[in-house]
Amino acid sequence: MFEVSLGHYLTLGAIIFTIGVIGIFLNRKNVIVILMSIELILLAVNINLVSFSIFLQDLSGQIFTLFILTVAAAEAAIGLAIIVVYYRNAGTIRVEEIENLKG
Amino acid sequence: MINLFFISTEIFLSLSILFLLLIGVFKKNSESFIYNFSCIILLVGLAININLNPQFPIDLFNNSYKIDYFTTLIKSIILISAFLVMLCSLNYVKQNDILKIEYPILILSSILGMLIMVSSNDLIVFYVGLELQSLALYVLAAFKRDNILSSESGLKYFILSALSSGLLLYGCSLIYGFSSSTNFDLIYQNSESIEYGIIFGIVFVLVGLAFKITAVPFHMWAPDVYDGSPTSVTVIFAILPKIAALTVFINFLYGPFLEMFDQWQAVIIFLSIGSMVLGAVAAIGQKKLKRLIAYSSISHMGFALAGLSVGTNEGIQNSIIYLIIYLIMNIAFFCCLFMLKRENQYFDKVEDLSGLSKNHPLLSLSMMIILFSLAGIPPLAGFFAKFYIFTAVIEQSMYFLAIVGLLSTVIAAFYYIRLIKVMYFDEQREKYDLNHSIGLKMILVVSSTIILIYFINPNIINNFVSNITII
Repeated sequence: MFEVSLGHYLTLGAIIFTIGVIGIFLNRKNVIVILMSIELILLAVNINLVSFSIFLQDLSGQIFTLFILTVAAAEAAIGLAIIVVYYRNAGTIRVEEIENLKG
Repeated sequence: MINLFFISTEIFLSLSILFLLLIGVFKKNSESFIYNFSCIILLVGLAININLNPQFPIDLFNNSYKIDYFTTLIKSIILISAFLVMLCSLNYVKQNDILKIEYPILILSSILGMLIMVSSNDLIVFYVGLELQSLALYVLAAFKRDNILSSESGLKYFILSALSSGLLLYGCSLIYGFSSSTNFDLIYQNSESIEYGIIFGIVFVLVGLAFKITAVPFHMWAPDVYDGSPTSVTVIFAILPKIAALTVFINFLYGPFLEMFDQWQAVIIFLSIGSMVLGAVAAIGQKKLKRLIAYSSISHMGFALAGLSVGTNEGIQNSIIYLIIYLIMNIAFFCCLFMLKRENQYFDKVEDLSGLSKNHPLLSLSMMIILFSLAGIPPLAGFFAKFYIFTAVIEQSMYFLAIVGLLSTVIAAFYYIRLIKVMYFDEQREKYDLNHSIGLKMILVVSSTIILIYFINPNIINNFVSNITII
């Protein structure tokens, strides 16, 4: 029977992490997509921590995960607020049009 | 029994933040009062912190929070510089219409985050402190809500900083997984054999921290964010997070991963060389003073990192001295920037300095002292800062690093001296206002005097640092 081991969870975490990082750099359309990519990165970290915590029989990884979830919520709230403020000023949130600061 | 006395600085700061929030809710038009009151809070926090004076390292909260001489010193430096920053930017904040009740409260909460970061001895505490600091700074960068540049700089800072904390967290998860603990001391015990997972983790965490201190190749946000955010916030960006993040560099690398010195030394040297060279070269063509100071701070961080790459106590001490002198020079520079004001409009281009010496001889004299010191010309304080770093580097016979540092100092001297040329030999412009606040003038006079007379008795500053023993 096929057994799911620590390696599989870590690979899953690494794949999701990579998708998140690539999503930030390849995305040329919308800032909201970047916010989603950041959430993906944090989720990958959570998968890593929880699976390590189970396999090490140690609780602090799961506690760390709870902290990360809380901070991620706060971060998303602040990020959305900043995006709203930017939209009011610029009238757009397309990534390629965010270029007022150059030098 | 947990000895809460030793975290009374943090407790005091958090209680005052809650108190100020309540005042802001119930009292109308209390902006000025809250601003002044939070300056006083910083001073009282400084007094409490100095009063702690721990004779030996103290571990709190199940060994996840560490108070010793080093962290107390850094906390005092952070609190002093926060006080100076708030004092010198008061008029700017008032005239640019960003004096809301949230502004000082956000600064206080980011400082609370820095204090937690500095003392952390556990990955979880470290992460929470780091996020408390950065969440407050995201909002501060975008604080001028109706200005497109400020909100854009907030957006850029938010995205890149969130990405960097994501990378840092991934590193934390790897370190936790391969050393089976989040506590720095336990990580040190568990990671005797060198595992690739831990090295990966260290590299990821270093990337996250390098974002915070704007080391190359993770510097790209700095010029945009410095340029776009209000100048009173730029001062904070240029000084406070760098002190905290560099301290974390020291605590993190020389704490749990001291045994892996050979593995991470190359990374630090790479960051250091990159920052020194890029900071020197890229600033040459800049037309805005805030962008220029951003590149200059990148190159200064390169020097501070060079001190950390040495791996001796002396190198760490010299890095701290460098950091102290850097923050004095930067506060003085921004004081000059706050003085370039005409009828409630502030100027921050290089051409606005032109002919400054004819109208404002004293201002341009102190600006000249600051710029020479930033360039590292003897006998000013900036020279000694670089000199100490180079002695520490050469003692370990890392000649390549020293040569690159010297060359980039020479290149960087070009753009500092160009500013002096613009001030002294270019065409005269209209006069600037003279009605500056006493606090601003005092800070400028005192800091440029310190820069000027540091060479008479360097031990006044160096004695604070010489007690630090990390290794």
